[in-house]
Amino acid sequence: MLKVDCVEKAYKKGGLFSKERQQVLNNVSFTCDYGECLGIIGESGSGKSTLGRLILGMEKADRGTVLFEGGKVTDRRVRSGKLSAVFQDYTSSINPFFTVEKALMEPWNVRGIARREAQEKMDSLLDQVGLTPSYRKKYPHELSGGEIQRVCIARAISTQPKCLLLDEAISSLDVSVQLQVLDLLIKLKKIYGMSYIFITHDIQAAAYICDRVLIFRNGRIEEIIETSRLKDVKSDYAKKLLRMLITF
Amino acid sequence: MRVVKNLWKDKLAAASFLVIMVTITAGIAAPLIAPNDPNEVNMNLRYAASSWEYLLGNDHLGRCILSRLIYGIRPSVLWVLVALFISVFIGAVLGFAAGYFRGKTDALVMRMCDTMLSFPGYVMALAIVGILGVGLENILIAFILIKWAWFARLIRTSVMQYAEQGYVKFAKASGISDFKIIYQHIVPVTLSDIAVLSSSSIGSMVLQISGFSFLGLGIQAPNAEWGMMLNEARETMLTKPELMLAPAFAIIIVVSAFNFLSDALQVALDPKLVTSKKRSFGTNAKNKLQEKEVAS
Ligand SMILES: Nc1ncnc2c1ncn2[C@@H]1O[C@H](COP(=O)(O)OP(=O)(O)OP(=O)(O)O)[C@@H](O)[C@H]1O
Ligand SMILES: [Mg+2]
Repeated sequence: MLKVDCVEKAYKKGGLFSKERQQVLNNVSFTCDYGECLGIIGESGSGKSTLGRLILGMEKADRGTVLFEGGKVTDRRVRSGKLSAVFQDYTSSINPFFTVEKALMEPWNVRGIARREAQEKMDSLLDQVGLTPSYRKKYPHELSGGEIQRVCIARAISTQPKCLLLDEAISSLDVSVQLQVLDLLIKLKKIYGMSYIFITHDIQAAAYICDRVLIFRNGRIEEIIETSRLKDVKSDYAKKLLRMLITF
Repeated sequence: MRVVKNLWKDKLAAASFLVIMVTITAGIAAPLIAPNDPNEVNMNLRYAASSWEYLLGNDHLGRCILSRLIYGIRPSVLWVLVALFISVFIGAVLGFAAGYFRGKTDALVMRMCDTMLSFPGYVMALAIVGILGVGLENILIAFILIKWAWFARLIRTSVMQYAEQGYVKFAKASGISDFKIIYQHIVPVTLSDIAVLSSSSIGSMVLQISGFSFLGLGIQAPNAEWGMMLNEARETMLTKPELMLAPAFAIIIVVSAFNFLSDALQVALDPKLVTSKKRSFGTNAKNKLQEKEVAS
């Protein structure tokens, strides 16, 4: 369904006339199937978020293509409603001028879904992410981080996407809430059958939810491995990463 | 609607709004409202004190001060507002484009701004007047040319800060068009910044207009203008200081009304009723407190 093929990306370093470029992604290729949960693990600055932005079609790759159901993802029509995302920083993930209701309406408005129909769906959606309909009229500054992240998940799944990208979606929450949100994600996956691309630097969280993990380092794929066989990784870097986890 | 309601609750804002509205209406309807011809010279009434016919008295040429004040609204307030709107509009369009799309657009717009801003404002205005000739409209053109770059710069900075926010990222990812994102997400949050920027420059623009009039480059002599009235009164400042009062108060009242209104607008636009947008997570109690502070 999602096919990332030989993607490269570099950012300009320095000023307007500077020729120097920083290579952030190097020859990245992988696929993600319907209903699969793919984890992308890597340390800070390894280019995970950049890869996420390319998958979401927010930026163009320098080389290579990202195809979603056969269409180029940079085309808005290809991804509209089928590809969605939850980001890390929950403090800015909902417009401070929007109520929860208005924020949830946004993806529906794009797809031209009637107001009344959306209103009916909204309560069940809020219920699915563990919130009550009384949250509708609240502004984001009146919610806790976990609640906001739930609203963001509700907003992301409101159009029933085929694929949901979570960029460090749980990293800024505390551990018990992290677990709740992970369980929520697993539950939602059963209901909607969507696939997740789960970007994180937390191996434990990835191991908890993912079917396959992709170990990422300095803009290159180090190794792709099934979660169940995480113990027998081959590359040195992945081994080091696991060892560090055990010593913790 | 919520914004209007919030504004109305704030007494100072409501008063400021009223003052501005009255001033603008008086300026537009000056021939109907002014009791006398503002340019009629009457040497018998030089420095006359206020009377029923001439409510605020007469100036050094025996002209009706009140009428001159009312006619002076046109160049001093109305035309300044027009120039301001045009420059804010140009600045906003370019600033939004530069701040939102970044990259080449940004580089191009910013280099243009740098070029414009590298000339000192007054020199630029003098050059334009030198090319186009003396007159209020040329001063206004000069103003627009000087000010747009300044607005574009500041609006770009404000837009950049908001374009990075998560809700903009989500909107982009879910395939909403750029135009709609700017209109729905970025314009509302930057609006208060823009309002404060514009209102703070109204004051300086009013004063600059009168400065140019004083130099004989702006509005021409018999026509009324607040800054020019001040300058005329300056000649007799020591013997008849009261002549300065009327134009000085007019300028002070209008400029402060704009400033108060912009402050109130900033608060009214924000659902959290917090002055700073970056402070995203104030507690409710704190917000209520601030609300009271603002109201009192
Ligand atoms: N818009 C940009 N312009 C220039 N450089 C960028 C840009 N975005 C990212 N980079 C650079 O790309 C590199 C990778 O950044 P990225 O945000 O993808 O890392 P990450 O793996 O998501 O890290 P983290 O775990 O901290 O979120 C960084 O060195 C960063 O400086
Ligand atoms: Mg990141």
